[in-house]
Amino acid sequence: MSIVNEMRVDFLACPENEAFARMVISAFLLPLNPTLEQMGDVKTSVSEAVTNAIIHGYAGRGGTVRMKALLESDGTLTVEVIDNGRGIEDVAEARKPFFTSLEGSERSGMGFTVMESFMDDLDVKSQPGVGTTVRMRKRLCPDEMPLARNA
Amino acid sequence: MINHERRRGAVVVTLAGELDHRRADQLRPELDELLRDPKIKELVFDLTGLSFMDSSGIGMVLGRYKLMARRGGSVSVRCQNQQIDRVFELAGLYQIVKKLA
Repeated sequence: MSIVNEMRVDFLACPENEAFARMVISAFLLPLNPTLEQMGDVKTSVSEAVTNAIIHGYAGRGGTVRMKALLESDGTLTVEVIDNGRGIEDVAEARKPFFTSLEGSERSGMGFTVMESFMDDLDVKSQPGVGTTVRMRKRLCPDEMPLARNA
Repeated sequence: MINHERRRGAVVVTLAGELDHRRADQLRPELDELLRDPKIKELVFDLTGLSFMDSSGIGMVLGRYKLMARRGGSVSVRCQNQQIDRVFELAGLYQIVKKLA
């Protein structure tokens, strides 16, 4: 398996960049001709991860969010959203549906559930005081052909 | 100003574009201002023109549901975008909020 495409972008942890991150990942995927559903799944999951980094990781105080994407020749997309924010004490608890650390803020607590449901694989690594890395994978193409041609 | 239409005790709020955390934060005070009149008992979110929504939309609709439920009112959602529909389904939103065709 080889790398077909790879990118990395750093941006300020401000709400304006939630839409920016969605645009970046859409542009990265576009040459693959993903289905509307695949595009929607990835965009929604990226939106959740980036929003988490901004409002939980950095608690709205700014900082840098890094988004990395990797496309492999078997059609697997890997997206990482990384922050150096305050981290998550209990990742298993945070991943439960409807869990939110921001009571009264109208956050639904469904972010990780959305990522889990819309992507094939979700891995969350976090260390309090150090930061959080969310790694998501999704198989986009059933065979190697379309990607191998582009490579 | 939020795009809306009021008929007696019913308000239809029409949203277009993208609904994420940033947009939900902007909409929330406007919505609550719009719904301040306790005579409003029926709230409809027309999301037909929405091209994107993440879980921020769940929080926004649920928040308004709580408000309307306190005054014995109801909330319904009209949505034709499959992706948005799936986000609502995940949260079990249609168990408490009516889905309009």
